[in-house]
Amino acid sequence: MSTKTNMVAPPEGVVGEGFFATKLNDVVGLARANSLWPLPFATSCCGIEFMATMASHYDLARFGSERVSFSPRQADMLMVMGTISKKMAPILRQVYEQMSEPRWVIAVGACASSGGVFDTYSVLQGIDKVIPVDVYVPGCPPRPEQIVDGVMRLQELVKTESTRRRNSPEYIELLASYNL
Amino acid sequence: MAIETAIIQEKIEQKFANKVSNFGMQKDVFSFEVTSDSIREVILFLKEEEDTNFHFLTDLCGVHYPDNMIDQQFCVVYHLHNWIENTRIRIKTYLNGAQPEIASISDIFLSSNWMERETYDFYGINFMGHPQLKRILNMDEMVSFPMRKEFPMEDNGRTDKDDRFFGRTANC
Repeated sequence: MSTKTNMVAPPEGVVGEGFFATKLNDVVGLARANSLWPLPFATSCCGIEFMATMASHYDLARFGSERVSFSPRQADMLMVMGTISKKMAPILRQVYEQMSEPRWVIAVGACASSGGVFDTYSVLQGIDKVIPVDVYVPGCPPRPEQIVDGVMRLQELVKTESTRRRNSPEYIELLASYNL
Repeated sequence: MAIETAIIQEKIEQKFANKVSNFGMQKDVFSFEVTSDSIREVILFLKEEEDTNFHFLTDLCGVHYPDNMIDQQFCVVYHLHNWIENTRIRIKTYLNGAQPEIASISDIFLSSNWMERETYDFYGINFMGHPQLKRILNMDEMVSFPMRKEFPMEDNGRTDKDDRFFGRTANC
């Protein structure tokens, strides 16, 4: 039987007859990385690019993000796409707070990463002023390939992340620095 | 169809002799100035008088002129429109720079409610008698009135726009 299905390669481990031994970290990382449920927080043109990213041509579902979660409680990956005004910053924070651990954040586009061209009193100069960010995707707006690349880079982070990281003092300190 | 500007001017001058001034066409719209204490009467008159019947408030906005005399540093501009005759009119009133205050017209034109809030939000002009004069577009915590010229337009919290990295400093 021939199949076109691509399988994710197994992590490093010891293979023997009838058994396979590897680290729990790697297995958990593999599972997490290939089923990242995105929560789109789209406010402007980057959100339009994200629609293309999710649609059939670029198809983010190929990377395990089939299920777009519109509830922060069930999402793993917050994708902030577009200009975030200062008035919206508390709402973004609230969405982030409602996500359960482990959670990751991608800042898509120049505005979410740094405020972009909107160097003005009403616009938040990058979402990393209010929430921690894992991956920044440059571009104004970025092409769908770039967004997919950002997701794949996040997958690499997720794969190698220790299962203990979210309990580590460094992580707690990071959240504390954002008053979370 | 439009109402003759001379007729409008005559009617207003007749009623508010020394409160109005500077009649004239400005950018295709007939305009005049009103002292800030009589703005309500003038607008109510223009709205309810049968011959003028300016029943629609197109726009209400503020202007900041920091270089003017202290009594004329703020301006509130009203645009009225008579749909039946298709005639527009612009009314300007100047306010004190230290204490910009003017009577609200939110009971004459309900649509001015949000416009006055916006003008307060950006210029800090106090519309007395407004039912809910608070910020409408900017965040509530903001302390400045951003369209006033003394406040910088740029966000000073920006960290990726350091002049040193762009070769903009003098000894670079």
